[in-house]
Amino acid sequence: MGIVSPGFTGRRRGGTELPPGQYLTRDFPVLSAGPTPHVLPEHWEFTVTSETGEVYRWDWAALMALPAEEITKDIHCVTRWSKLETTWKGVSLDTLLADVETGADYVMAHSYGGYTTNVPMDDLLDGQSWIAYEYDGEPLDPEHGGPARLLVPHLYFWKSAKWVRGLVLSDTEDLGFWETAGYHEYGDPWKEQRYAGD
Amino acid sequence: MWQVATVTGVRRETETARTIELEVPDWPGHVAGQHLDVRLTAPDGYRASRSYSIASAWTASHSSTIELTVEQVPRGEVSPYLVDVLNVGDPLEIRGPVGGWFVWKPEQDGPVQLIGGGSGVVPLRAMLRAHASAGSTTPFRLLYSVRRPESVIYVSDLKELASSDDVDVRLVYTRDAPAGEPRVGRIDADVISEHAFKPGDGATTYVCGPTPFVETVADLLVAAGHDPARVRTERFGPTGGP
Repeated sequence: MGIVSPGFTGRRRGGTELPPGQYLTRDFPVLSAGPTPHVLPEHWEFTVTSETGEVYRWDWAALMALPAEEITKDIHCVTRWSKLETTWKGVSLDTLLADVETGADYVMAHSYGGYTTNVPMDDLLDGQSWIAYEYDGEPLDPEHGGPARLLVPHLYFWKSAKWVRGLVLSDTEDLGFWETAGYHEYGDPWKEQRYAGD
Repeated sequence: MWQVATVTGVRRETETARTIELEVPDWPGHVAGQHLDVRLTAPDGYRASRSYSIASAWTASHSSTIELTVEQVPRGEVSPYLVDVLNVGDPLEIRGPVGGWFVWKPEQDGPVQLIGGGSGVVPLRAMLRAHASAGSTTPFRLLYSVRRPESVIYVSDLKELASSDDVDVRLVYTRDAPAGEPRVGRIDADVISEHAFKPGDGATTYVCGPTPFVETVADLLVAAGHDPARVRTERFGPTGGP
């Protein structure tokens, strides 16, 4: 049951519908739990560890050698801002996981700096996620997750782990950094799954 | 779940910031540093929501009272209402508390370094309040960056808190300093090395403010040898970059 806020009129906007409780921004705000890690591409490495412990590795040159895609997607942060039609360049997880032997249902993304976030495997495949290394035609800034970040735009943006350095595949679901700090385990913005229990 | 709080007091802090005291009948309590969501509803049902840091510490004796301090964002949608329109006696829908990382609990080990820029001082004030109400002897230091003396939020409160032997408050003025304060400028490596705990002190550092401020300060701390895992940050506003 709601109330009316005395004297509040608000600022309506037309056009694209946003997920519930979101507002539109043209800036690109930053949400990070600690200092920004500064990882140079020449020191960057990305690994996928399967549920059997097999490790697959890519260095920066190997990532650059893979077919890249231009991606235009709306993004939604749990702190309530949304940004429309953001443009990225990156490698699809379909490409990176193509030769990985796995039947795992769950994935934990790990980042330089220690951040983690959990995402179901089904949400990473079929053109739904990328390792992105360009934003708006430029190399990705460290404060936005450069040199490369996970991009899973259909979930709240904390799932798009900045400074990503690896995925650990698992048969069981574990919770990541914000997911153990009171945020929702899945994080669908259209269902407004912000906090645990939503 | 959303619940209806009642405004029981308002206090002007600066030209652009106001503290709002709320009575929340079913408030579950909170940890210093947490935030909450505020939701406004227009007569036609249109809604707008934002998150705000809680400015007060939770105490058992005032278990249903919380304070928010809101800085008006230029051309904002929700903050101008909270700073200029909302009155004592009005209802306000809130949800919370939220957040389990940028928090301080009295049982936590080690000294605490707080570094705030502008209204980034709000959750840090909650930590100082929690420190005082718990009677904690944990050493606390606050480095607070403001544009000018008139921009200081919690002026009298900080004076009172700074009178504790365990709390050190240091203001840094970036535009105009008061008489007797020769330094005008942003927090830099010298300020950090002179006024913050040292990397070997085992301190946990909390940095809150606009994104460029937090980026700069967190980078300075890491460059000075602080363990990044002991530096907790909370950023707000635009990046300032393209």
